[in-house]
Amino acid sequence: MAILEVKNVGKRFGGLQALGDVNLNVAENSCHAIIGPNGAGKSTLLNCLVGKLIPDTGSVMFDGHSVLGRKPYEINQMGISRVFQTPEIFGDLTVMENMLIPCFAKRDGAFRMHAIESIKHETDIIGKAEGMLEEMKLIEKRHMTASSMSRGDKRRLEIAMCLAQEPRLLLLDEPTAGMARADTNNTIDLLKQIKEERDITIAIIEHDMHVVFSLADRITVLAQGTPLVEDTPDKIKGHPKVREAYLGETQDAA
Amino acid sequence: MDAILLQILNGMDKGSAYALIALGLTLIFGTLGVVNFAHGALFLIGAFCAVTFSKILSLSHVVIDESQKDFLGNPLKVEVPYIYDMFGQATGDVIIDWAVPLSLLFTVPVMIAIGFAMERGLIKHFYKRPHADQILVTFGLAIVLAEIVKYFYGANPIPTPAPSAFAGSFDFGAMLGFDPNTIIYPYWRLVYFAFAAVIIGGVFAFLQFTTFGMVVRAGMADRETVGLLGINIDKRFTIMFGIAAAVAGVAGAMYAPINSPNYNMGMDFLVLSFVVVVVGGMGSLPGAVLAGFLLGILESFASMSVVLETLPGINQIIIYLVAIIILLTRPRGLMGRKGVMED
Amino acid sequence: MFGLNKKDAGLLIVVAILALAAPFILNPFPEGSAMAQFNAGYPDLMQRLVIFGIFAIGFNILFGLTGYLSFGHAAFLGVGSYAAIWMMKLLTMNVIPAIVVSIIIAGLFSLLVGFISLRRSGIYFSILTLAFAQMSYALAYSVLTPITGGETGLQPKYTDPRVLDKALEAGQQPRANLFGLEMNQGFQLEMGNWVFTFNAGYYIAAVVMLVAFYLSIRIFRSPFGMMLRAVKSNQQRMNYTGLNSKPYTLAAFVISGMYAGLAGGLLVAMDTQVGAERMFWTASGEVVLMTILGGAGTLIGPVLGAGFIKYMENIVSKINKSVLEQWFAFMPDGIEDVLVAIIYPFVGKGWHLTLGLLFMLVVIFLPGGLVEGGQRIGKMFRRRDANANSIEADAAEQRKPAAE
Repeated sequence: MAILEVKNVGKRFGGLQALGDVNLNVAENSCHAIIGPNGAGKSTLLNCLVGKLIPDTGSVMFDGHSVLGRKPYEINQMGISRVFQTPEIFGDLTVMENMLIPCFAKRDGAFRMHAIESIKHETDIIGKAEGMLEEMKLIEKRHMTASSMSRGDKRRLEIAMCLAQEPRLLLLDEPTAGMARADTNNTIDLLKQIKEERDITIAIIEHDMHVVFSLADRITVLAQGTPLVEDTPDKIKGHPKVREAYLGETQDAA
Repeated sequence: MDAILLQILNGMDKGSAYALIALGLTLIFGTLGVVNFAHGALFLIGAFCAVTFSKILSLSHVVIDESQKDFLGNPLKVEVPYIYDMFGQATGDVIIDWAVPLSLLFTVPVMIAIGFAMERGLIKHFYKRPHADQILVTFGLAIVLAEIVKYFYGANPIPTPAPSAFAGSFDFGAMLGFDPNTIIYPYWRLVYFAFAAVIIGGVFAFLQFTTFGMVVRAGMADRETVGLLGINIDKRFTIMFGIAAAVAGVAGAMYAPINSPNYNMGMDFLVLSFVVVVVGGMGSLPGAVLAGFLLGILESFASMSVVLETLPGINQIIIYLVAIIILLTRPRGLMGRKGVMED
Repeated sequence: MFGLNKKDAGLLIVVAILALAAPFILNPFPEGSAMAQFNAGYPDLMQRLVIFGIFAIGFNILFGLTGYLSFGHAAFLGVGSYAAIWMMKLLTMNVIPAIVVSIIIAGLFSLLVGFISLRRSGIYFSILTLAFAQMSYALAYSVLTPITGGETGLQPKYTDPRVLDKALEAGQQPRANLFGLEMNQGFQLEMGNWVFTFNAGYYIAAVVMLVAFYLSIRIFRSPFGMMLRAVKSNQQRMNYTGLNSKPYTLAAFVISGMYAGLAGGLLVAMDTQVGAERMFWTASGEVVLMTILGGAGTLIGPVLGAGFIKYMENIVSKINKSVLEQWFAFMPDGIEDVLVAIIYPFVGKGWHLTLGLLFMLVVIFLPGGLVEGGQRIGKMFRRRDANANSIEADAAEQRKPAAE
């Protein structure tokens, strides 16, 4: 059963056909990786899924409902959370406040005018946020200003914020880009753990083959805006077309 | 028809002032990325440069004139401007009469110096600060500059006449075959418009055809890359600030005969010029000039009695109304680029 | 207390004590002494101190929390004033309906302006708000004269209908009151050479200010307040966390507009007249100055900033040449003249010059305003303490991780 169905999606920027005719099904509770060389249209595809871009053609269905024409926050409230390439967190706020915000968003929806109540009295929400920080090993840093943390911690906080919303689908945009090997491995372990412990579907865009092959159940290879192959990691590894179009470049990149 | 023509002409001089200030604002914003709320104060200082210059020219000393006697038969004391001593009376009178245009010789170096001092002393430290901080600190500076002017020159407007050669009005109507005296237009406003056109053309030509201008334009497009090329872009930007200050200054100096300068005029013009810049499109030089003239002319049309009868008060708000409509329908202004000031 | 934590409750109590004891605190100099002219404990000034405090507290909810810099908030203050004066003309000289209606009308007007202006952000938002305010000002001056009184402004007259009040006799001046207690009532307390003035209007305004301040603390500590700070910090993340930032910023805009309306209504309650210049953009600039000078985004900052500016405005603009000469009279003549010549441009009519310089210095060196300055000084002293007890401090530091 596919939770995310992308049908015939196309997107053009002026003279550039960024996405040709993309068809993609992400099965529920799987981890689906989308790989491809630079400029293959991975980020464009992702932006079409979360409402940042509206595709020119085709349809995107999430859990049987179309996401097209909806605003990013509406799509998020449907159950799609996104992790950015550079961690997007509330830098001026404390780690704990960063964690509280998605918890409120989950409970109260896109807007609620709770202007007189004190946060202190929201014991359920505080408990949930602390639990999440505990799980992510960030609890000791809860009074820190988020922007002062290391990049690895910021990444973990961002993932924790997304998980606090209990999304059905977690989208990750190159989550290990620019990370040292040790941080990358930590992130892989974290994602593995999330996959095992939670009822969640993960879609990941990634350059690093090590990350892709350690996590993915299925892989779609995108080249020049169209899917080239879609298969299990084992079969992708040996696929001649993939080697030709893509793997040669990643070996250089790695 | 003649009424329409008259309004277009009437809008031209105000539009010229808007365009010149907006041009400088845009240059500073485009090159330095700084929102300069003190730019109106530079216009103000320019206007007072003209005032100061004409005061200097009329500085006098007292001599005893033996040829003139008062009723007691004593020689009369008369004030003689120093300028007479240097050039003789005839030439001296001409120089005093032409004080405003001549003051440009004085205004330009003063304004460039002020521009350099401002950029090096203050603005430089705000490149990396948020736009809100830039607005706030230059807003403070604008208050300070206006108050300094007020301290030296008082709060009342100081009439500063144009050369008597331009004192009259030009009868456009007669020239174009309409009834005489329907479209008359003071000569000095024509001069101002021509002057503005020359300055605007000069700035564009300078940016278009010189190496310096090319580097600055490249810097406007992508500051970091130009910096990486080993070009000292900061120094050029300082010069650019000086030029923008000079443009605002000469705009103010030449405007003195049209509107007697007082210490508040900087702020009045700044608020409108900012609206002009935003309507033209933040960071677009042609946009700034186009919007300046457009809004100046629109304002003058809105002051027509026919218009005021149907829409009372429209002349007071037309510029703001247009700004609101433009910003809501064309968020980037008439000719704005994508990605400028959008966060 | 009142659902506040200890620190916030302490802050509220300090502000309350300062506000209630203001007639004493602001009148430190005995009557008849040379310094008596610098006493600020007279009703008119004290009322302004707290009313502009309210204005700045409200502005801070918008600018301090969301980072949206409005250059047009004086328009809401002006609209509130006009609404209040019309209530006094049509309904009653009792200030309650006037103030309530001024809040409501300013709220509605800010809803309209905010709805349009908030479609843009950054400097475009600033320009849009400025444009709306300037339009309001220009219209109030010209076309809307039947409603606003144009250049002359509005005042209640004995001929006004005032349906709830008894008719006044010809020539009788209507006075603002609270159920019969007139705003300018009060009494003077003489203690030795000191004279302290207690004024009904001031205390009403001060109580309203304390309520306004209390509400702003609640807003700061609420989930809503946290969301507003999230808007300032990262709108992108906010949208991708399923939150719609528009209604949050609009709500903040309207709340700050209502605070401005309240301030406008109170101004009319204290001094029953209004003119369009109240909406001029310099008035909008002034509230920005107050908020930044005190410390944007802090609770107490705007109150401090408003108090500081209004107090200094009053004090500094009263210093004239002869006062300066008196101050430096003990010095040799030459030095005295030089000092007077140096200081003179900054005082008296030169107050705005001082204000502009002060404002620049704060933005350059103290972006957090007076509050940050206070914190820095506080830290300096604490560091000294810490150095004195460095051994104990180090030991405590070492024990900490073990304890957790």
